[in-house]
Amino acid sequence: MSETDDATSATSASDGWAIEVHELRRYFGTIEVLSGIDLKVRQGEFVTLLGRNGAGKTTLLNILGGLLKASEGEAWVQGLDVRRQAVRIRPELGWLSHQPGFYGDLSAHENLVFFARLYDLPDWRRAVEAALEQVGLASRAKHRVRTFSRGMLQRLAIARILVHDPPILLLDEPHTGLDLPAIELLNGLLERFRGERTILMTTHDLAIGASLADRIIVLSEGRIMAELPGSQDVADLRRQYLEILAHEVGA
Amino acid sequence: MRNIWTILWKDLRLEWRTKESLSAMLVFGLLVIVIFNFSFNPSPAEVRQFGAGLLWIAYTFAGVLGLNRSFAAERENGCLQSLLMAPIDRSSLYLGKWIANLVFMLAAEAVILPLFLLMFNVPIGSHIGRLVLITFLGTLGFTCLGTLFAGVSMNTRMREVLLPVLLFPVSLPLLLWAVESTGAIFQSAFLDPMIAHGQATTAARASDGNALKFLVAYDMIFGAVCTLVFGFVVED
Repeated sequence: MSETDDATSATSASDGWAIEVHELRRYFGTIEVLSGIDLKVRQGEFVTLLGRNGAGKTTLLNILGGLLKASEGEAWVQGLDVRRQAVRIRPELGWLSHQPGFYGDLSAHENLVFFARLYDLPDWRRAVEAALEQVGLASRAKHRVRTFSRGMLQRLAIARILVHDPPILLLDEPHTGLDLPAIELLNGLLERFRGERTILMTTHDLAIGASLADRIIVLSEGRIMAELPGSQDVADLRRQYLEILAHEVGA
Repeated sequence: MRNIWTILWKDLRLEWRTKESLSAMLVFGLLVIVIFNFSFNPSPAEVRQFGAGLLWIAYTFAGVLGLNRSFAAERENGCLQSLLMAPIDRSSLYLGKWIANLVFMLAAEAVILPLFLLMFNVPIGSHIGRLVLITFLGTLGFTCLGTLFAGVSMNTRMREVLLPVLLFPVSLPLLLWAVESTGAIFQSAFLDPMIAHGQATTAARASDGNALKFLVAYDMIFGAVCTLVFGFVVED
């Protein structure tokens, strides 16, 4: 079946959800990393995924981003099947992880132009310059990315998201290794995007998870262990999270 | 088409900045030619017999060095992930990389070939066009497979070893035809001054015709296959 043929059925399957995941499983060899995940994320909702290392958070994001294929189950993004319609989904997605993903020997401007052209943006020149301005890298636009600090690289990664302005953001531990100004910039951006865009973010930082998210999902060994309300007191979230982890260790 | 050009532009620009692939290929290719020349000091008869093989050894071994570097930039800082998240067809990524590798290898050959002809005293004369055509077609097929296998090996620990181990057996028929055809051209070049368009030249041209057909068919078949399967290589 072609992508175009799939479009109608896939869209009807979404029922207006930005992200919908059904019985998703992923194996690496004999190890089951995702064990039947069911998840629905509303349009404009901010969901934080918490869980220990190896809980399956990044694998879930990779499947939604089309970087990995699910072993079993189905997933839709904006009503499009991630397995069959990946090329059509990608313009809808912004990706930010702890790996910046830039070419060290190209300048910041050249890197953004490269990605902007791949996204086929009509006015990419203006979009690139505006994005560099917004993240405070306009003065370093002509410098090779190899000379950038970790924080500057992450700001540039944020600029890449701003260039193509997607409705859905998949953020994989985006705060890792950032200095305070970069964390402030990223949080400011996430605050700005709240409600406007659908955001699915993994983090180990409970304070960030508690303050920004509408909903918090705790993953453990590839399963959803709990769903907690977002925008809550960090101490409360910490207590609940530790109880869940203690229960997991006990089990 | 635009995406292919964008990826090609990026690779050309990176190579222009770093000159990592091209310099390694050039130095290695030239060393092979110089070492063989000084070690054996071959007679014209020996060049007719072994020259084509030697030339293709220099081409392909230098080419493997460049191909090994072709995904190095993508491995750094998770660039491949960013590239795969972009809304482009995997075949565009493959074709962009293939053309870039072809350009780099042809650029290295553009220096290696004249030096070879000069150092081994090959009176190539009017046969230069056929030699360039065979070189182009052989390189096209070699980089076609090389780009695919460079993609296969890029995430492995032994990628420098794995690439030639995968590439040479599969490209062996292509290389055999390229060497044979190049050998026939050298035969003609050396014999032309002695027998004006004689029997040997006619036989060489017939062999050339077959080789050309084979090389074109090989390039087309593997070009299509590699373009189609590259998506499976970089995903999952």
